[in-house]
Amino acid sequence: MKVVVCVKQIPDPALPGELDPSTNYLKRDDKLILDESDSYGVEMALQLVESAGGGDVSLVSMAPNGAVGGLRTALAMGAEGAVLVSDAALAGTDALGTAKVLAAAISRMSPDLVLAGVESSDGYTGTVPEMIAGALNIPSITFAKQIQIEGGNVKVQRQTEAGYDDVECPTPALVSVTAGVVEPRYPSFKGIMAAKKKPVEELDLSALGIDSSSVGKNGARQETVQVTDAEERQAGEIIEDDGDAHEKIIEFLGELKVI
Amino acid sequence: MADLSDFYELDALLGDEEQMIRDTVAKFVVNEFMPLVADHFEAGTFPMELVPAIADMGLLGMHLDGYGCAGASAMAYGVACRELEAGDSGLRSFVSVQGSLCMFPIWKYGSEEQKEQWLPQMAAGEIIGCFGLTEPDHGSDPSNMATRAQRDGDKWILNGSKRWITNAGIADLAIVWANTDEGFRGFLVPTDSEGFEARKIQNKLSLRASVTGEFYMDDVIVPESMRLPDAVSIGAPLSCLSEARYGIAFGAVGVARDCYNAALDYQQGRPQFGKPLSSFQINQIKFADMLTQMTNANLQAMTLGRLKETHTVRPYHISMAKRHNCRVAIDTARTARAMMGANGVSTEYSPMRHANNMESVMTYEGTEEIHGLILGQEITGIPAFR
Repeated sequence: MKVVVCVKQIPDPALPGELDPSTNYLKRDDKLILDESDSYGVEMALQLVESAGGGDVSLVSMAPNGAVGGLRTALAMGAEGAVLVSDAALAGTDALGTAKVLAAAISRMSPDLVLAGVESSDGYTGTVPEMIAGALNIPSITFAKQIQIEGGNVKVQRQTEAGYDDVECPTPALVSVTAGVVEPRYPSFKGIMAAKKKPVEELDLSALGIDSSSVGKNGARQETVQVTDAEERQAGEIIEDDGDAHEKIIEFLGELKVI
Repeated sequence: MADLSDFYELDALLGDEEQMIRDTVAKFVVNEFMPLVADHFEAGTFPMELVPAIADMGLLGMHLDGYGCAGASAMAYGVACRELEAGDSGLRSFVSVQGSLCMFPIWKYGSEEQKEQWLPQMAAGEIIGCFGLTEPDHGSDPSNMATRAQRDGDKWILNGSKRWITNAGIADLAIVWANTDEGFRGFLVPTDSEGFEARKIQNKLSLRASVTGEFYMDDVIVPESMRLPDAVSIGAPLSCLSEARYGIAFGAVGVARDCYNAALDYQQGRPQFGKPLSSFQINQIKFADMLTQMTNANLQAMTLGRLKETHTVRPYHISMAKRHNCRVAIDTARTARAMMGANGVSTEYSPMRHANNMESVMTYEGTEEIHGLILGQEITGIPAFR
């Protein structure tokens, strides 16, 4: 079984990020790390291959500047190799352009299953995985909390607000994995040292046969026109307990429809 | 506010792999160990449930090559110790004792059969070791040890007791150092051997999230095949201590950093007299002193790492860094505790736990005074302790 995991390398969320005022995009000049939301996809893929008793987990990623730091983390966890699409013309690519590029890279890898995080922790568009499936013309299932491969089908417990739905579709397919549903493993030190020797194939747009004018800032159909600060959080309501505080709390939770 | 705790950005000098090992250990400590440490410190226990994860990462014997060990660089071992000890000295001690004091002597002085028999299982955390050098009546002068091993054909008969032994009581295998008619020798002694009895030392006020014990040997019989063939002098156990002390020099930097960060976080968020505690001049000077001392300690540790990588490190280099950095760590911990007022005595905050731990760490593996005298001997050419 061959599983390809889409991973994004993002600026470290622990450091203060900065937007480029000319594009309203996050600056990506510093070291990039593996998006934590993608580590669930990597873990899920490794578990699927382990339980299948064999197979191969490969990574695919896109970065304008050839960054591989985040890929090395996923390789240290146990992925076999990676394809990195890197081209200066990719700067400013929107979600659809990203999906086209990743789909072109994935189609060369002929996977049985493509996994992705539900959304990235920097852009949060949450649309790229399904657009990749569209570009590849394969079925997709979103919000997976559990995945099983049986015969030529992928069976997924698809998380919903009320619980989960059991859904399945034939492979090859793309499945987006909900963050937090598996415990991503700590890379072993041997894995970390082996990761350096694992293959990272770097491709540019011409290698994928993609016209550079169809991607990047010029090819983007989506534009961030304005960025405003999030509204400051309002102070919460303090309920003094006169013996009936519990009722007020229950009422409040009821209004939120959480109970 | 930028994080200045790596003031000269020395970690930027680490290789990619070393940085990844550092990040992996740091994440493990924060996510898996920190939620447990206060309760274990209170109970006087070590979180044994974490041993499989510690082993899976490759922490046990990480700086050794082959036999299931990770074969990481000396610098990687150092920064791993730093991140472990930022959590608690008990956690770093567990890893140091297993890797540097128990696996290292087998790796360095053992036979091929001994290495193949023990090291893979010890790296996997399936066999826990302890290191028996210190005795009830002999701490700083191990060469006067009372433990004896008597050769009897192709066997040895061991008698004596060892005290202040990390992991005694939970260990499966003891590395026992004994005096013999042929000189000092090291033996691999399974703790279920007839005549071997271990006890946990209760009522410690320090290093509580670590098991410390003593063991007694009453005519314990060990085959010649369990003697470390290449350990033929007191230099052998001392070389193991050099390995472990190297890790302590880094670990102490982790302690200082954690205490500095805890005090800074606390003072920035605690207003008194209408402004944050950190705005008072007296506290800012304390932070400046803590950061300076911590930076000095880190510079020593990282320089020591470079010497070790180029195989030019000498025992007296390690003595200076161990001695200096432990002193910085305990001073930083005590200052940080005081800067947190009454809240600082709670297990909710780390500095007092670290300060108490450092009482042990600056005592074991060569006291502050002994390391001073090792330096004194190097400076003057005159050994003051003989």
